[in-house]
Amino acid sequence: MSAVIENHHDDHDHGPAKGITRWLYTTNHKDIGTLYLWFSFAMFLIGGAMAMVIRAELFQPGMQIVEPEFYNQMITLHGLIMIFGGVMPAFVGLANWLVPMMIGAPDMALPRMNNLSFWILPFAFFILLSSLFMEGGAPNFGWTFYAPLSTTYAPPSVTFFIFSVHIMGASSIMGAINVVVTIMNMRAPGVSLMKMPLFVWSWLITAYLLIAVMPVLAGAVTMMLMDIHFGTSFFNAAGGGDPVLFQHIFWFFGHPEVYIMILPAFGIVSHIIETFSRKQLFGYSSMVWAMLSIAILSFVVWAHHMFTVGLPLAAEIFFMWATMLIAVPTGVKVFNWVATMFRGSLTFETPMLFAVAFVVLFTIGGLSGLMLAIVPADFQYHDTYFVVAHFHYVLVPGAIFSIMAAVYYWIPKWSGNMYDERLGKLHFWLSFVGVNVTFFPQHFIGLAGMPRRYPDYALIFADWNMVSSVGAFLFGFSQLLFLFIVIKTVMGGKKATDQVWEGAKGLEWTVASPAPYHTFSTPPKVD
Amino acid sequence: MSGGSYYVPDQSRFPIFMALSLFLLVMGASSTINNLDDPTSNSVYILYFGFACLFLTMFFWFRQVIKEHLAGLDSNQLKQSYVYGMAWFIFSEVMFFAAFFGALFYVRALAVPWLAGEGSKGAAITAIELWPAFESSWPVMTTPDQGNEFDLAKKSMAWPGWSKALQWLPLWNTIVLLSSSWTVHLAHLGLKKGNRRKFNVYLGITVFLALIFVGLQALEYYEAYAHYGLKLNSGIYGSTFFMLTGFHGFHVMMGGFMLAIMLARSVFAGHFEQHDHFGFEAASWYWHFVDVVWLMLFIFVYIL
Repeated sequence: MSAVIENHHDDHDHGPAKGITRWLYTTNHKDIGTLYLWFSFAMFLIGGAMAMVIRAELFQPGMQIVEPEFYNQMITLHGLIMIFGGVMPAFVGLANWLVPMMIGAPDMALPRMNNLSFWILPFAFFILLSSLFMEGGAPNFGWTFYAPLSTTYAPPSVTFFIFSVHIMGASSIMGAINVVVTIMNMRAPGVSLMKMPLFVWSWLITAYLLIAVMPVLAGAVTMMLMDIHFGTSFFNAAGGGDPVLFQHIFWFFGHPEVYIMILPAFGIVSHIIETFSRKQLFGYSSMVWAMLSIAILSFVVWAHHMFTVGLPLAAEIFFMWATMLIAVPTGVKVFNWVATMFRGSLTFETPMLFAVAFVVLFTIGGLSGLMLAIVPADFQYHDTYFVVAHFHYVLVPGAIFSIMAAVYYWIPKWSGNMYDERLGKLHFWLSFVGVNVTFFPQHFIGLAGMPRRYPDYALIFADWNMVSSVGAFLFGFSQLLFLFIVIKTVMGGKKATDQVWEGAKGLEWTVASPAPYHTFSTPPKVD
Repeated sequence: MSGGSYYVPDQSRFPIFMALSLFLLVMGASSTINNLDDPTSNSVYILYFGFACLFLTMFFWFRQVIKEHLAGLDSNQLKQSYVYGMAWFIFSEVMFFAAFFGALFYVRALAVPWLAGEGSKGAAITAIELWPAFESSWPVMTTPDQGNEFDLAKKSMAWPGWSKALQWLPLWNTIVLLSSSWTVHLAHLGLKKGNRRKFNVYLGITVFLALIFVGLQALEYYEAYAHYGLKLNSGIYGSTFFMLTGFHGFHVMMGGFMLAIMLARSVFAGHFEQHDHFGFEAASWYWHFVDVVWLMLFIFVYIL
């Protein structure tokens, strides 16, 4: 028997290994969570830099800074990196850190696979980013990579893009299987399903969505690969296929993907609002049922992204009503958050500021989504900046604000130190102002008819574009302050108590701050 | 849990080696595919090297897991985690095939009729302008552009009628694969009764049937290419036919390989106990899954 096995039983007591191998070979959920979070931060800054290029070019009408070809590569990579490299890994990192502690488990269910699903990501994004330096440039067809733009007219680097999406997908599926198995199998005795913290619930549902739709994405890119290189005609009408088929398959993945990026945010915000309202969360079980309904509905609304491609009327009507139905469970959640705050003893520390901003701004993004769901209206709004404003409202002050809220809320537990409250509040207000100045005017220019994905525009859109760019620079550079705050907190600061927040509930607050390297080597008692 | 401690494995270098192997594999695959027209390209060696690394890493990783299991380190909880993990993995595979079946249903029910001008859809009118000669049928033997870009097939793989049923390979494939699902189940029953001989024999028959299936499938592809003129680039029928049966065949090979490993473990190392044999059970689940996919293929690709 190998030495690894013989030494096994005293592993629980000692801390992390020394040096770089700690991070390369780790099976510890906290280490892997940290890796995921730092990776997503790096991707957030790279994708953010690309957004700065985009907004710099759009600062004025006419072409000033980049070539149109490069602009197209920027919008494509910005989308792909923010979604697959920024938001998703951040949520997986939070799941790694928090799910085992919240359910009283010692670690994730399959720790070695956990390491694998992280370490695939740097390689996948290395491939994706290296396509910038390939002949013909990086992918330039937008993050939705519609055929035939991504097949017949794609640069050669599309092959590398396809394979990097394949391994990103493998990473997501393994990560999601790990989360589902952990939640199903590793709960401490007494943690029944309807006693699980909402973040755990939100991730159980998210992981289910991931396992269901990432393979469909793999199928879509495989068909692309075959169409490009091996003569099949899935997306080529001359051979009996249909380019619209690509859009159906893509959005069958893409719409659940949207909820993959927002459900964990719902979980996070529920915890934070409950804590800083110093009240019990209003309507726990309705929150769970709302998330389940949203997840199920997410599978039957995909064609609302395609209203203008020439769907049969019956399909347009079905997808319109199904989409509008989602407003019901989402509304339940928003009302529950408001009702939790109602007559609570509110305080507004940085996590709470981000959480409240989430509720307000996410609702704006949700309502513009409702406008887009109306078929005749969508014929006007489709592919304009109104759509850009809509999905950035749900993703930036939605998903990303929730991630920032989570970092401020749990970083005392992770690092053992309190963050600087004044700097945190400054970061919040800069971000809040920046995000609204950036994206609110995009509603106006979109309704006025400015199409998305163009590097140049008509003069009538000039003023609001300039405002939007100023906001984007404000928002973008404020994130360097966030980086500074995080580093400062990790390096030192006021020691955090175990409880950290007065109103915080849950198993993670019962362990020391910083959380010991191995929590719960025996199951905790939960009533 | 009765007061015992949880199982947390030690640091491991397998995952990062696996990630690195995957990186080499996909870099090799991408460069090879991009340089298919260039006979001087060496990128295929990166692909081979990536494959070799992947197999080696998997070999040592699985060996480690088996060793830990035999040393009694696996708690009941961890064993349950493997069960859930395998079930969810199979679900992800189901969804992968769902994408291709979805594509098949979409082109058969909607895209092809629309291209021939059926229905009231605007796109159909465009199609009539573009390709007025195209007629909707399944299998699509003549593509809308009348074989301008594509190599038209002379014959399809569809049901040839009762008179020629016995010479029809897919029928034999169905019989072989359904029997193999039955024999793997018999092997499982043998193991559960502690009858190792029965287990080995029936598992051996299953692996043998898997080989026959792959052989018949290869023969069928040879027939398609050599005699029917049916190729990947024969339009949408060839695309859906080869991609669906091809991915299924690939999964049969993987499943058969897994079962062969289980057989070797049982015959040469005496692994698997009467009440503790999830490694085998996982492979057999996978095998049943592959079988169900074939039934779907048989109905929707071959018969209907």
